Amino acid sequence: MSFLIDVNNTQIEARKGETILDALNRHGIKVPTLCHLKGKFPSGACRMCVVENVKTNRLVTSCSTPVEEGMKILTHSARVILSRKTIVELLLSNHPDDCLYCVRNKNCELQDLAELLNVRERRIKGVKNHNHLDRASASIVRDPDKCILCGRCVRVCEEVMGVSCIDFINRGSNSVIGVAFNHSLNTSSCINCGQCIMACPTGALSEKSHMPEVLSMLSDPSKTVVFHYAPSISVSLAEEFKMEAGKDINGIMNAALRKIGGDFVFDTTFAADLTIMEEASELIHRVTNNQPLPMFTSCCPAWIKFTEEFYPELIPNLSSCKSPQQMMGAMVKSYWAEKVGKKPEDIYSVSLMPCTAKKFEAQREEMTNKGITDVDAVLTTRELGQLIRLFGVDMHNIEREEADSPLGAKSSAGKIFGATGGVMEAAIRTAYHFLTGDELADLNVTAVRGFEGIKEAEVKINDLVIRVAVVHGLANAHTLIAQMKSGEKQYHFIEVMACPGGCINGGGQHIGASEEAIHSRLKSLYVIDDNAPIKVSHKNPEIVQVYKDYLEKPLGHKSHELLHTHYCKRDVIK
Amino acid sequence: MNKEINLAKDFLLDQVLRDYSNNSKDNEILEKIATLKHEKIQKPLVFVGCGTCGLGAGAGTTLEMVKKYFAEKQIDADIIETGCIGLCAVEPIMDVCLPGYNRMSFCNVMGDNVYDVLDKAFQLELPDSKMILGQLEIPGAKPWNGVNLLGEHPFFKTQKRIVLKNCGIIDPTDIREYIARGGYKSYIKAISVHTPIEICDIVEKSGLRGRGGGGFPTGRKWRFANSEKSDQKYLICNADEGDPGAFMDRAVIEGDPHKLIEGMAIGAYAIGATFAYIYIRAEYPLAIKRLQIAMKQAEDYGIIGKDIFGTGVDFHIKIKKGAGAFVCGEETALMNSVEGKRGTPRPRPPFPTTSGLFKKPTIINNVETFGNISTIIENGAEWFASTGTADSKGTKVFALSGKIALTGLVEIPMGTTIRQILFNMAGGIRNNKKFKAVQIGGPSGGCITEANLDIEIDYASLLSVGAMMGSGGLVVMDEDNCMVDVAKFFMGFIQRESCGKCIPCREGTRRLLEILESITSKPSSSDTEALDRFKGVMQIESLCKVIKDTSLCGLGQTAPNPVLSTLRWFRDEYEAHVFDRKCPAGVCKNLRVYRIDVDKCTGCTVCSRKCPVNAIVGSKKAPHFIVEDKCIGCGVCYDVCKFDAIRVV
Repeated sequence: MSFLIDVNNTQIEARKGETILDALNRHGIKVPTLCHLKGKFPSGACRMCVVENVKTNRLVTSCSTPVEEGMKILTHSARVILSRKTIVELLLSNHPDDCLYCVRNKNCELQDLAELLNVRERRIKGVKNHNHLDRASASIVRDPDKCILCGRCVRVCEEVMGVSCIDFINRGSNSVIGVAFNHSLNTSSCINCGQCIMACPTGALSEKSHMPEVLSMLSDPSKTVVFHYAPSISVSLAEEFKMEAGKDINGIMNAALRKIGGDFVFDTTFAADLTIMEEASELIHRVTNNQPLPMFTSCCPAWIKFTEEFYPELIPNLSSCKSPQQMMGAMVKSYWAEKVGKKPEDIYSVSLMPCTAKKFEAQREEMTNKGITDVDAVLTTRELGQLIRLFGVDMHNIEREEADSPLGAKSSAGKIFGATGGVMEAAIRTAYHFLTGDELADLNVTAVRGFEGIKEAEVKINDLVIRVAVVHGLANAHTLIAQMKSGEKQYHFIEVMACPGGCINGGGQHIGASEEAIHSRLKSLYVIDDNAPIKVSHKNPEIVQVYKDYLEKPLGHKSHELLHTHYCKRDVIK
Repeated sequence: MNKEINLAKDFLLDQVLRDYSNNSKDNEILEKIATLKHEKIQKPLVFVGCGTCGLGAGAGTTLEMVKKYFAEKQIDADIIETGCIGLCAVEPIMDVCLPGYNRMSFCNVMGDNVYDVLDKAFQLELPDSKMILGQLEIPGAKPWNGVNLLGEHPFFKTQKRIVLKNCGIIDPTDIREYIARGGYKSYIKAISVHTPIEICDIVEKSGLRGRGGGGFPTGRKWRFANSEKSDQKYLICNADEGDPGAFMDRAVIEGDPHKLIEGMAIGAYAIGATFAYIYIRAEYPLAIKRLQIAMKQAEDYGIIGKDIFGTGVDFHIKIKKGAGAFVCGEETALMNSVEGKRGTPRPRPPFPTTSGLFKKPTIINNVETFGNISTIIENGAEWFASTGTADSKGTKVFALSGKIALTGLVEIPMGTTIRQILFNMAGGIRNNKKFKAVQIGGPSGGCITEANLDIEIDYASLLSVGAMMGSGGLVVMDEDNCMVDVAKFFMGFIQRESCGKCIPCREGTRRLLEILESITSKPSSSDTEALDRFKGVMQIESLCKVIKDTSLCGLGQTAPNPVLSTLRWFRDEYEAHVFDRKCPAGVCKNLRVYRIDVDKCTGCTVCSRKCPVNAIVGSKKAPHFIVEDKCIGCGVCYDVCKFDAIRVV
């Protein structure tokens, strides 16, 4: 049902049940927001979106107030503007004011609002809060002084990720957001996914930067610096350079990485293909040998930590395969090092990831082989953008280059790892081949694609019916696991990605991307798949070669040593 | 003894409660009721006021001494601990009831006086007149000579006690007394005769408005909840009384807990809720204890539980203790707290009547509101509406504190003037000082000055002078109070108690407090300090406006009131602080300047030795001097000088 409401003396159409903000946005009337999270229950904390309700002579928050027939709204009256401006000034009165040093300089909602509302003098002054900078986590840095307590991180952590490791502590102007007992983030149940960073309007949350080490290694002649990038990076890096969202800049990125001093550039998609070889084999092994089922994918380090903390009883169900990042690291420092005659300790392996949890994963003790870490540094998409800008590479005027070989060839099955459902689709393609010797008639397993929180499919291979599920946004994992435990649902194979949408929307990606931009990245991956000459992992020529020359066979002795791992139960406050 | 209790129970259930509408003329029944009401007693009976206020004044010792007295003298007597009758200023209060005589009320009965008072009372003699409060009339009993009726005492004379009717009179831990005095009849009548919507109608017609501060019509709120369809609805009693200077909820629960339970039970029936919570602050242990006892007894009597009196009505209550956050008195924050979440408010709509506790339709009313319900059902809407003003019906309980002669609780009909309360009932300002203002409505309210003392109290009139009814705290201030300091006190309270969720309240109240601190801080020769001070002062009103306009909940929306209200009526005091750097009342220590009168100073050196910052110089036996730049204005020298040589200028 729709009716008319009066906004700024103009009649606009509004739908029963929607909020004033929804109606305004639909009609192109912009009202600033801070704590608002699209599609989530309004919290009403920031008061930035207030509008004047003429009939009641009160200011109401447009994000939480439903439209009423015949209501009369002023969105930019003097009273409203004064209120919004004062709110920003109040926030600034308790803000460190170190924009020039801030990681979010020029990409900060508080800065934008101060500019928008024409804050030009320090009208309100006061004592500022000082809290400890929390750098204890391997992935995420928290600077509570920059926090404006909008609560978006808290809600994302609870409602989207189902983790709830952070919440409000203390009262009044002493309020801070922190973990249990106000300890450091590393002691909490934080899974390092970084979705809180994506939600943060200011620089209160950011990734633990590995830039300084990488920079010093790039200038160290004794080190061979090797870059390898995740499948989703090539379709998301473009936005860091104000290019069209979803544009695939793989070749440009290869060239740029060499320009900034990378000695070798590899594509982690190769390792994704390798993962599929191992994981599909493991699945078949589990199904045929009565081993714990369902098997969960293990590509996502946030999901791994989530399982270790919340569902340690499911650890035997996790695939023992390392993630593509770690497989890549292991292969670089063994197979490739031997091949080119380099000592593993002289190789500095830098992984470029859409993810902050990868930083945690890289430093897990299980990811070290005889004292040599598989991966030495992890840069997020954002840090990569920063690095490229630092070296003055003009991404708009640069010739495309190919990745180095070996470890640079890919199948598009590995490429779609970047999207939710991609690992599942790639695994099905190869598992089918392993069991039948044939290829799937239609390689596109569309049932596992898209943004639905929990996706299910049945795949018939010979006489075997494999029931699979794909989950992303870990709150959905809680739901799925509960259904499994109650016996309501049964599966053979489940793909879990922590971030909603998968790696294309990872916690290390460009901040400020719209929903449409995320969709474009997803679309781009499937376009690459459609146009790829090799669409299945087992046909990647370098994969074939690596098994022939080095690994012998999936799940073999060498694989076990280099490509598989184990997990541990973690006792944390939940 | 148990047998006796069971007999009484059967009698009360069968003859009194089940027969709720019949005011029995049967002599035997009346006799029994009189016994339960302690009107017919066989042995002496002593009541000791054992509310928190009484215990604070020493009633515990008084009680011990009474017990000791009877043990020593081998007198067979009964002792009853009651709640507070309202005259907290003259606690401990002890009533003595001798068979055949009126109930005699003594005040200021400290432990040491007990023997004297009792000795004399048993001889029908009276102690020192300071200890005589008055006598309570008992039908058919002989009066005490030369003692006024308690009802004639100025403090009680103009009160109309509906909510406080039984407080200080009955034993709050004995349900029999409550029922004997007509308790729970209204509830049984309500669920037996009336439909839920009829109850909503009666309450709406009575004109009762929420006594927690907002003043929303109670019946209308109930009707909203009644019309909601839901598998579960909830009723909550808000007993999270947090305003500084408010203690009426505590007194009602400590003195007459069944009144609250009955009101809640009727409310729950009216909206169709079977489950209720009492959200009470953990700082009220005695009230919680008495409530627990009362709930247990009500369960024993089948008044709480399933299928009450065979009507098919279910009603359960649970106590939820609040951890002390002021903001949890705000209804949405309170519901979050009950749900086990952080006590922060939620945006409204949705209103609790639609989606409240656990997202179910919920009614929240405060203790005093529920305290009125049983009487409204008993006497009807018209009876209730006949008291009060056009805007506000019935009575209101006020808690008197501060510089008033008689602190305590009064329940007055709406429309009484504040002057009447302060000067006729409560004895005026203590020590004959000059009245300055009275803060009404707690930290969210405002102050009322001499000029407005004659307004008739109701919701609208208080708003018209920039104050509000609030929960009913009256904090009286005299000429010795500095209004900037008062504003600073309330601002500090609100700033600490802000939940921190919304920006205007969290940051704004802190800035307001800082501005108030800056104008009461020690004058400094720094240029920037003066500039910052003036800049801050210039922002006060604009900041207040935005905080009022944009805050999420009532706490924030009313947070600037103490500042706005004092600024409105006492602008001159602010100006003296800001421009002259003087505190006219001499309260703000930092603005005091001390000088030594050279003629009076004997050079005894006491002041210079006691000065914590060595700001006083001088040789022995010669006049001393204060180095102003060093002085921190602590006033130690002023206190220690034996020669009156130190002056505040």
